[in-house]
Formats: sequence, structure tokens, C-alpha cells
Amino acid sequence: MILAADAGNVLVWVVWVVAACACLGSGIAVISFSNPFFSALSLIGNLASLAVLYLLLSAEFVAAAQVLVYAGAVMVMFLFVIAYLGGRADAPWAGGPSWQAFAAGAASGALLVEVLVVISLKSSGRLTHEANIDSSFGSPARIGRLFLTDHLLAFEITSIVLLVAAVGGVILGSHSRNPSVDR
Amino acid sequence: MNGPNVVWYLAVATFLFCTGALGVLIRRSPLIVLLSLEIMLNGANLALIAFARQQGHEDGQIFALAVMAVAASEVVVGLGLIVAMARRRLDLDVDKLRTLRG
Repeated sequence: MILAADAGNVLVWVVWVVAACACLGSGIAVISFSNPFFSALSLIGNLASLAVLYLLLSAEFVAAAQVLVYAGAVMVMFLFVIAYLGGRADAPWAGGPSWQAFAAGAASGALLVEVLVVISLKSSGRLTHEANIDSSFGSPARIGRLFLTDHLLAFEITSIVLLVAAVGGVILGSHSRNPSVDR
Repeated sequence: MNGPNVVWYLAVATFLFCTGALGVLIRRSPLIVLLSLEIMLNGANLALIAFARQQGHEDGQIFALAVMAVAASEVVVGLGLIVAMARRRLDLDVDKLRTLRG
């Protein structure tokens, strides 16, 4: 019995390590490819490995929505736009390293160190305590019930945000064909 | 819970957020800036869902779903802007867009 529990524990760790490494590696790949097409493909891998991490956190509905909405709809839109614009390579290190690139690296590195230090300072107390959950935690039924009862206002505001974004996309996409008016 | 606790997930979320921030700061193509922004939002989402699991409430997951909807709308508007820029023969380079600079 204890052996079986240990085996399950090891399996969860193995899946976690693989998913986390895939997540970080594909994230770094997104910002280092010069071709935006490859960057978009790596982002799909990033989103898929994040969905695995969500499943490990027993957020089943969010994992499914992640794959459907992000890796499905949003990334298809990205790939269509990249195909429409054609492959415009943008080498990240073109023209040699500038002081802006160094400053950007220093800023994000400082942010990383800062947050990691805070997490490790707080890691001994309440953060390691996990709440007990039942098997239906994160299931679509529970999420849907919460959306329609406790978080109804957030749900409606989200729908209005999506409507406004759709209208804005149409307005940005429609333009007059006359170039003298257009410019 | 078997496996890693919330601290490990938070470390991954932090790495993701900082990777995305680095991409937003150093890349010049607006398409890749948008992709890096998605990485930042996903890092925040991972932290939200890790805390939802740790607290035993689904409120964090609800928040993460709202963030996903906002990210989808942001992508729509951002891609619309990029396509409009490309149609007007503007350079797709965020360093060269300085019309609004005072």
C-alpha cells in the first residue's frame, strides 16, 4: 500500500518535472526564435504543457478551456495573421547587443530574483499547507455553478468585454480601399 | 497532495512571467511582443490556479478563466492593430512607431 502510494507520488513528480521543463523551455523558445511562425508553434507547446500542470492542480475545466481557447482558437488566429503578413524574420540580437537589451535583461532578472526570494521566504509557513479537496474540485459542474451563482457579475462583464473586443476587431479590420483616405 | 506543493508551481509561474517580460522588452516585432504577453498572462494564470488548489476554493480558477477571456480579446485587438499597420505599409517594428511620442 505504501509502495503504491510512493509510486504514485514519484509518477506525479515525474510528470510535473517534464511538464515544467517543457513549459520553461518552450517559453524561452518563443522569445528567442527569429521567425514568428516558430515562436507561435512553441507557444502552442507552452500552452499544452501548462494544461498538464493545470490537470496536476486538479483544475480540469480550466485545462480543457486552455487547450480549446488558447491552443485552438487564439493560436489559429495568430498563425493566420503570421501567414497573412508573410515571414518577416526579426532577429532578436540583430545589430549587436544594445544597452536597452542589457537593461531589459537586468530588469526582468531583478523581477525574477525578487519574486523568487519572496516565495522562498514565505515557503515554510502557510504555503506548504494544502487544503483537502474532494474529487469534484475543478469539475465543469462546480465551475459552472460558481459562474452562475457567486460570480455572475464577473461572467456578464466577461461577455461584454468579449463583445467589445469583437466590435473593435471588426472596426480595426475594416478600412477604406482608397489609399488617399487611408493614409 | 501527492507531488510538488504550491511553491514549486509558483516558481514555474515566476519564471514564465519573467520570460514573457523579457520578450516584451527586447523583441521588436509586435507579433512576438503579443506572444510574450500571452506567456506573462499564462504565468499569472498558473499562480492563480496553484493558489486555488492550495486554498481549496475554485475562485482562483474562475479568475483564471476571466483572464483567459481578457487575453483572447486582447489578442483580437492587438492582431487587428498589427494587420492595420501592415496594410498601411508601416514597418512592423515597435521601435519605429513614434508618432505618438511627444
